[in-house]
Amino acid sequence: MPEVPQNPLEFFLQNAAAIGPPLHLILWGLVILCWGFWTLPRNGGRGLLYRFLRLFQHPAVLAVGGLTMASLQLYRLWGVNSGPAFYNMITLDSFAMYFDMLFLVAALLVVIMSYKYLDIEEEQHTEYYALILFATAGMMFMAGAIDLVSLFVSLELMSIATYVLVGFLRGKKRSNEASLKYFLLGAFSTGIILYGMSLVYGLGGSTNLNEIGRQITQLEDNSLLTLSLLMMMAGLCFKIAAVPFHMWVPDAYEGAPTPITAFMSVAVKAAAFAIFFRILFVAFEGLWELYVFPLALISMVTITLGNVAALTQNNVKRLLAYSSISHAGFVLMGVVAGTERGITASAIYLLAYTFMNLGIWAGVILLRRKDIPGERVEDFDGLFFRHPAVAVLMLVFFLSLAGIPPLAGFIAKYYVFTAVLEVAFTQGEPYSSLMVWLAVVGALNVVVSIFYYLRIVVSMFMKTEYLPVPLSFSKGLVVVLVVTGVFTLLIGVYPEPFIRLAQSVNLPLI
Amino acid sequence: MVDVTHYLVLSTIVFSIGVVGVLTRRNVIIILMSIELMLNSVNLNLVAFSDRLQDPSGQVFAVFVITVAAAEAAVGLGIIIALFRNKETVNVDEIDLMRG
Repeated sequence: MPEVPQNPLEFFLQNAAAIGPPLHLILWGLVILCWGFWTLPRNGGRGLLYRFLRLFQHPAVLAVGGLTMASLQLYRLWGVNSGPAFYNMITLDSFAMYFDMLFLVAALLVVIMSYKYLDIEEEQHTEYYALILFATAGMMFMAGAIDLVSLFVSLELMSIATYVLVGFLRGKKRSNEASLKYFLLGAFSTGIILYGMSLVYGLGGSTNLNEIGRQITQLEDNSLLTLSLLMMMAGLCFKIAAVPFHMWVPDAYEGAPTPITAFMSVAVKAAAFAIFFRILFVAFEGLWELYVFPLALISMVTITLGNVAALTQNNVKRLLAYSSISHAGFVLMGVVAGTERGITASAIYLLAYTFMNLGIWAGVILLRRKDIPGERVEDFDGLFFRHPAVAVLMLVFFLSLAGIPPLAGFIAKYYVFTAVLEVAFTQGEPYSSLMVWLAVVGALNVVVSIFYYLRIVVSMFMKTEYLPVPLSFSKGLVVVLVVTGVFTLLIGVYPEPFIRLAQSVNLPLI
Repeated sequence: MVDVTHYLVLSTIVFSIGVVGVLTRRNVIIILMSIELMLNSVNLNLVAFSDRLQDPSGQVFAVFVITVAAAEAAVGLGIIIALFRNKETVNVDEIDLMRG
């Protein structure tokens, strides 16, 4: 046990580098909460100070400010491993930095695509932005957590904020229902993860992941270890929405406010994957043989079931929810591989998925107009003849999700498949045939997914009649569409820097 | 002599009651209570292991679990109240607007 420091402030400053970026978010979130109580007079003259304060009147501006500050802080710390801080609770290594970047990008895009949507839903409240910042801070702590305690607390910081966000449309029954379902299943899965964690604590004799990893390899009796591993995996599969534990996903995604659905499908999922990696590759390092079979099976079933269920959906949010389930299965393929290349593949998949999926959701938000939910496939009818630029961008996103070259989704899928096949060639039976089967199932599913993505594309480009109600454009949405479009193309055409970025992601075993 | 196995058996029983409660009960409040049972069985485990290992971090963990469980229950009850205002029911079978 390390010594208790004499001066708490000094101790904090020594360790603060490891939590710098999320700390910014929490402070800004608190500022936003206070700001909500204080309103400027409508007519305060033309003074410079008044106009300056007026600029910050909208909480979205403050949220963007907070996220920008956190990004700058992250940029300043980039590439320098902070080492374990706060008594081995948290760290800011290359793994955490990569995921932090991903969360910040996702949160920033979600905030700027939200404000018009909330006006349309008449639920413009400051808490919304504060909760997004808190959830993002939770994710960043998750990516850096190296202890079961910090892992659990940060997971809950993210989850509780997200439960509230899902139910944010208080007047809508669907939103309430989505929130309740997400909450009940989320809390249930937390209970399961925790029970697994308590058993691991008993077996490993410590709550530190590295220490657990060291102790667990020396264990003789494996039945309790297998149980705890399975429980933690089951709980984490809830969070990443893998199949047997996916029932909440379509309901929660359909009922939640659309920007929050986008946030959940991208950032919350990536955060859950981050702790999945930490737990499997640090605490359960060397137990690959134990978990590869169930995990590969889950991956295959997730990809297939997500795609097959998406085929028959008519609600776009529900269709995309099932598509997001199948994409989680693809990311899981990288985890199954369990190699360095597997981690890189999953990391690049999550990055590509962030851009292409946020682009799609921005399109769905565009269709939400006053008195028009805009959630059916038919609502996309004739989009090309009204807004050709938007329709072409949506085409790019859908093709990218389907994995068609030369777009980001293709690079992501290419890396995931090669990571799995690499294991198939280097490992002996039965692992090599398992990996080959996994790759075959994945490849077949790419074909299935093209079918339902093209349904929407057909509706956009082939149908000529459309509702003569203007789409709900806002500056933020246009920025999101352009940024996501550019990156979806860029990752596909010139993947070099992004791959190098993803290759820097590794989990150093201390 | 009561050793760690006894506590483990007890916590397993409590945890199982919680899981069965979540899966079989239809009243949201009772489901919430069952989840609370699951979390408390975890606390029992943690404290028992902490005593066995002579390591305080398990007890610290248990304190955090209690705190977070309180926050979670607060948010959960808030969600239930929000739902109850729009649709007067706490039966999960009747909360079924979204299907398919």
